[in-house]
Amino acid sequence: MISKDDIKNLAKLARLEVAEAELERLQKELPEILSFVEMVQKASTNLKAGVPEHRNITRPDENPIESGTYTETLLKAAPAREGDRIAVKQVISRKK
Amino acid sequence: MDLSKLTIASARKALDAKEFTARELTEAYLDEINKKNGELQAYLEVWSESAREEAKKADERIARGESAPLTGIPLAIKDNMLVVDRRITAASKILENYIASYDASVIKKLKEQNAVLLGRTNMDEFALGSSTENSAFGPTKNPHDISRVPGGTSGGSTAAVAANLALGALGSDTGGSLRQPAAFCGTVGFKPTYGAVSRYGLIAAASSLDQIGTVGKTVEDAQIIFDAIRGHDENDSTSLPDSAFTKTASVKKVVGVPRAFLKEGVEADMLENFEQTLKSLKAAGYSIVDVDLPALEYSLAVYYIINPAEVSTNLARFDGIRYGLSVPADTIGETYERSRGIGFGPETRRRMLVGTFVLSSGYADAYYRKARDVRELIRADFAKAFESVDAIAMPTSPTAPWKIGGKADPLSVYAADIFTVPINLAGVPAISIPSGSVERDGKKLPVGFQIIAPHRGEAGLFAIAKDVEKSAV
Repeated sequence: MISKDDIKNLAKLARLEVAEAELERLQKELPEILSFVEMVQKASTNLKAGVPEHRNITRPDENPIESGTYTETLLKAAPAREGDRIAVKQVISRKK
Repeated sequence: MDLSKLTIASARKALDAKEFTARELTEAYLDEINKKNGELQAYLEVWSESAREEAKKADERIARGESAPLTGIPLAIKDNMLVVDRRITAASKILENYIASYDASVIKKLKEQNAVLLGRTNMDEFALGSSTENSAFGPTKNPHDISRVPGGTSGGSTAAVAANLALGALGSDTGGSLRQPAAFCGTVGFKPTYGAVSRYGLIAAASSLDQIGTVGKTVEDAQIIFDAIRGHDENDSTSLPDSAFTKTASVKKVVGVPRAFLKEGVEADMLENFEQTLKSLKAAGYSIVDVDLPALEYSLAVYYIINPAEVSTNLARFDGIRYGLSVPADTIGETYERSRGIGFGPETRRRMLVGTFVLSSGYADAYYRKARDVRELIRADFAKAFESVDAIAMPTSPTAPWKIGGKADPLSVYAADIFTVPINLAGVPAISIPSGSVERDGKKLPVGFQIIAPHRGEAGLFAIAKDVEKSAV
């Protein structure tokens, strides 16, 4: 059983503002979705431990782009800027 | 020129033979868009001016005798692939005013061929849905019956091609998002092998499932666009080396059908249509055999764990700080929560919350990790089946297109993906080919027939798909 507080907590984890009316709807919908997908637990999976088929591929860290090449391009998309920086609200504040 | 009869292949010949110019062809499509897009809402934005410029350049290239397969061909682009200096939104309020900073690799390749980009097409927000009803900018209508959905999430792209508002289109397919709307609109929809086409510049939904693919009126057209956009890209670490693909295929003409999987939830006349197409394939020299894919019964459940998990992770990047909608607030935390709360639509929010749940400490083992393991069983089922058959056939959709607004609860929409999600979970290529129609409320609605091939088996897939095309009603 998922309580309204559980949904609120999930929304907090997802950094998502959810209005009261939507909480009510989600409280009905999420358990329905979860009880449907729970059927995976019935499948027997005794996968052999071994080397996984998939692995990460990373690009060699070389030939860096000259600093500043894309600064303007990317800053153009930012909601707020100060000089060549994206402006944000203070993240760390001194304890009062 | 008669747009309804034109294909990419025939337009290529006509352009090269100077029967009409790329500019004339482009104008013809812009006229048609003007007439019909108001009603259909296939396009969210039409790029008339740049399309005319591109057509002009294409004509110059054709005049030099240097045309590439897509030179001067008017195409539509799903609104989740970046086109530099263009507004690209993934049909979301959170990106409503976002201007792309660079070209997606697929767009770069189309531009290199001097294709004509007509505009960006409607979709379900962030490619989450099955009907294009989840667009923040209103649903697209099915050209065969405007009271019905075109399918989704690439419903704008398939509706555009079906209504002659583009000669072909790009879309993306995460769980059927090209094949199902292609089936609903009566076009070909093709999802390549995972890794066959670069996703650099595709707005990510679920990264282990997403694949860019193509829409065409014919199998040949879908293949021509695919040939233009495929290939390894160092900017996409999941893209496969070109050497992984073979150019030709030896097709033994054996097609498997997972009978046990087709028992439930398929509308009677849809199943009848599927059987008819199988019969005509038989008549064309194919042998049809039963295949057993026992893990497929878990596909939908696995998909609706893995997809939300990856969606919630991918969409964490939208924070109101670097780009996209930003709602001012007192603290940075509130800026995140409000921007996301206002910017994302209902289905997207639902998936992010389900995804957060299945990945959360205490539940990740029972949901996400378990789903990942069951996914391996599905993958293994396909691998085993392909030891004895060239391809597997399934209906593309269990139902005909539904009425706009007709499916209110999320689970009933998820159920519509039953025959398409297993393919993305396995990462194999598949194509939906038009195969006749069924009737609903006195209107004829298209039906799709789906062919699935092994990893990197595109050559064989196209060969069989062309036979289906020839033999289908």
